[in-house]
Amino acid sequence: MSMPNDPAPRLEREIIAMRVAKEFQDGDVVNLGIGIPTLCSDFVPPGVQLMYHSESGVLNCGPLAEEGKGDVDLINAGGQFLKPVRGMSFFDSAEAFAMIRGRHIDITVLGSLQVSATGDMANWFLPSRGVGNVGGAMDLAVGAKCVIAAMEHNDRTGASKILQECTYPLTSQGCVSLIVTDIAVFNVDKRGLELVEVAPGWLPENISDVTDAEFEIASDVKEFELL
Amino acid sequence: MSLDKSVATFEEAVSDIPDGASIMIGGFGGAGGMPHRLMVALVAQGARELTIIGNTAGIAAPTGFGWPDGETPIDHAILIENGQIAKVIASFPVSGSVSRPNAFELAFQRGEIELEVVPQGTLAERIRAGGAGIPAFYTPTGAGTDLGVGKESRVFDGRETVLELGMRADFALIRAHKSDPIGNLIYSGTSRSFNMPMATAADVTIAEVDEIVEPGGIDAERVDTPSIYVDRVVARNSGE
Repeated sequence: MSMPNDPAPRLEREIIAMRVAKEFQDGDVVNLGIGIPTLCSDFVPPGVQLMYHSESGVLNCGPLAEEGKGDVDLINAGGQFLKPVRGMSFFDSAEAFAMIRGRHIDITVLGSLQVSATGDMANWFLPSRGVGNVGGAMDLAVGAKCVIAAMEHNDRTGASKILQECTYPLTSQGCVSLIVTDIAVFNVDKRGLELVEVAPGWLPENISDVTDAEFEIASDVKEFELL
Repeated sequence: MSLDKSVATFEEAVSDIPDGASIMIGGFGGAGGMPHRLMVALVAQGARELTIIGNTAGIAAPTGFGWPDGETPIDHAILIENGQIAKVIASFPVSGSVSRPNAFELAFQRGEIELEVVPQGTLAERIRAGGAGIPAFYTPTGAGTDLGVGKESRVFDGRETVLELGMRADFALIRAHKSDPIGNLIYSGTSRSFNMPMATAADVTIAEVDEIVEPGGIDAERVDTPSIYVDRVVARNSGE
C-alpha cells in the first residue's frame, strides 16, 4: 500500500513480477507461488526457456487454458486450469515433493507475509486468523536452490513486511536470497540485507523510513532494472 | 472370479466404515481426483467421529478451486456439515480467502474439530512411507518452525532435520480414471496427486473410477497403481 510520506508511486504488481523474471536463466526449472509470483510467467525475458513445475503434479506446464476449456484433471497448484502442451509429464504428490526436496527445482518465487533480515520467511500463518494453510510452502522454502520473495513492502496497515526478526510463525529459516518489493530489491544472506535497487523517485533513506530492519546499501545501488 | 474387486454401488463400497475410523480422502483440492460419489455415500452411511486425512479439508465450495464455472462444488464440507468429522489432518485445511471461510474453518472456530497441519510434501511422504513399511524418516521441511516443535531433530550435512512418522489409515477413498476388475488403476493428468500414495497406505482402499474395463483392458505397461493396493472398485457409470 502507499503511505503518506512516499516520495514517489509504488510499483504495480506486474512490475514486481517483471523484475523477478529477470532472475530466470535459460533452462531453469521454476515453481511459482500464488499471487504476484504467478505473474512472473508473463515477463520471461526473450531467449529464456523455462520448465515450470507445479506441486499439483505436472512438469513443463504452460499457459492457462482458454476460458471454458478447462479440464478438471489438468490444474496448477492454485486450482487454475492449464492448457495441455507438448512435453508435459504427470506424477503423484509424493513424487512432486521428491522433486522439490531433492533439489531439482532451481528457483521458487513465493509471496510472503514477512521476511527477516537474515532471510527467514513467514508466509503461511496469520495469527489473527488462528488457522493457516502451509500447503507446499515449507517444502519449497527448504528444497528449491533459490528462494525469491515477491511481495509488497508494507502491509495494509502500513507495517513493514521486512523485519529484523519475523513475528509470525516461520515457514523456514534463512531460506530467502532475494527480496523484490514494490519499492526495493534486497540481496539477503545470513549476514543481513543489502539494498541493491530502488523504485524510480525513491532514495535509500526513503526505503529506510518504511523498513523495520537494518540494511547495508550497495555501493552501486541503482534504480529498478527491468530490461 | 475370486479376484474380482468390483462393487455394484457406492453405498455398498462404504457400508462397513465404522464410527471412529481414520479415512484418507484423495485428490488435490479441486474436482479432479476427488472421490465425490464415495463421499456422498459416506454421508448417507453416517459413520461418525471420523478422522479424515487429505491435502485439504474442503476448499472448493467457497472458492470454486479447481471446479469449472457454473458447477456447484462438492467437497469435504458435506461430511463436516453432517457432523461426522472429529479430526482433520491436512496441509491446506482452510479456504484461500479469509472472507469466504469453508465449513471446516467454521467448525474449527466452534471447537468441534481437531486439526493437525502437515506440510504438503511431508504429508505425501508420510503416506508413501506408511504404505511402504517405513516407520519414520528425517526431512528438513518444518525444522526450526512451529511444525517442528516437539519432534526428534538431527543434523545431516550441517542441515537440521526433523523426524516424521509414516502414516496409515483404516480406509482410503481414492479416485482414478479406469480400473480393471482386479483393481489395476490408471489416472488422468494431475488427478494422481494424493490418490497414488493413499492407495498404498490403508487397510482397505476403495477406488471410485469412471469406468471398470474388462480384464486385460488396461495396458500392463501403463498401470499407475498396481492391483495389490486396491480392495474395492466402483464405477461412476454403474447403477444409474
